[in-house]
Amino acid sequence: MTVPGHSEKNQEGRKVAAETDRKGPEWAAGLKQLYNSVVEEDLPDSFKDLLDQLDSK
Amino acid sequence: MSADQPKRSAADKVAFKRELTEVVPHLRAFARGLCGRPDMADDLVQETLLKAWAAQERFEPGTSMRAWTFVILRNAYLTDMRRNRFRGEYDEMVAERILTAPAGQEGPVHLSDMHRALLTLPPERREALLLVGAGGFSYEEAANICGCAVGTIKSRVGRARAALSSMLDDGDIPQRSIEDMRAHRAILQELDDVAAGRGQTQPTKAD
Repeated sequence: MTVPGHSEKNQEGRKVAAETDRKGPEWAAGLKQLYNSVVEEDLPDSFKDLLDQLDSK
Repeated sequence: MSADQPKRSAADKVAFKRELTEVVPHLRAFARGLCGRPDMADDLVQETLLKAWAAQERFEPGTSMRAWTFVILRNAYLTDMRRNRFRGEYDEMVAERILTAPAGQEGPVHLSDMHRALLTLPPERREALLLVGAGGFSYEEAANICGCAVGTIKSRVGRARAALSSMLDDGDIPQRSIEDMRAHRAILQELDDVAAGRGQTQPTKAD
């Protein structure tokens, strides 16, 4: 799915557009890095505890 | 809000739990971009998980857990902002964390230039930028999450990008030292505006 302005229209076709969608727009590399750095953090115990407790609710 | 959902099978519940667990790191990342302070961001995510769990009957299996939970999180964030729940902490937090050199018992809270610049943006532009730039959502998906038109998202992203570029390119982001009072005042004014509802907190407002 291409959205105007989000995936660059180019001659290389949809495959590159799809990769852009997955990796995100070029201009957002810094943002992506910021975001990914948090995604990659170890999950604090508080979250594991919460998730474990959910089943019993 | 669909019509009567078919009763959830045990398999659905297991799948829901698994997918919810998998999305937690992404919720933390989105919340951290919105809030700045890791402990407040994590509180927001915990609140989101509890709400998501309580509302699981409304989740359509097969749809995006990430999109669904991001809606819950951003609504919780904006509600808390409107209620000024974060405010006393928030403006102090923002001013302190952005502007002061980290010190003391908690240890350094190092916010990158990018993050500090991001936090100066109004919440709706910040969330739009995070969703489209970092969260992997299309403009349409982001519009659904934010409850606004696609054009509004594009406008917000465009302006946020411009503001961010300008700050980062010119090096004109709030300094770490509290001596930069001009930036300090600007940020607090922005926060006052948002907290008082003069900011862009209405989801459908054209931006």
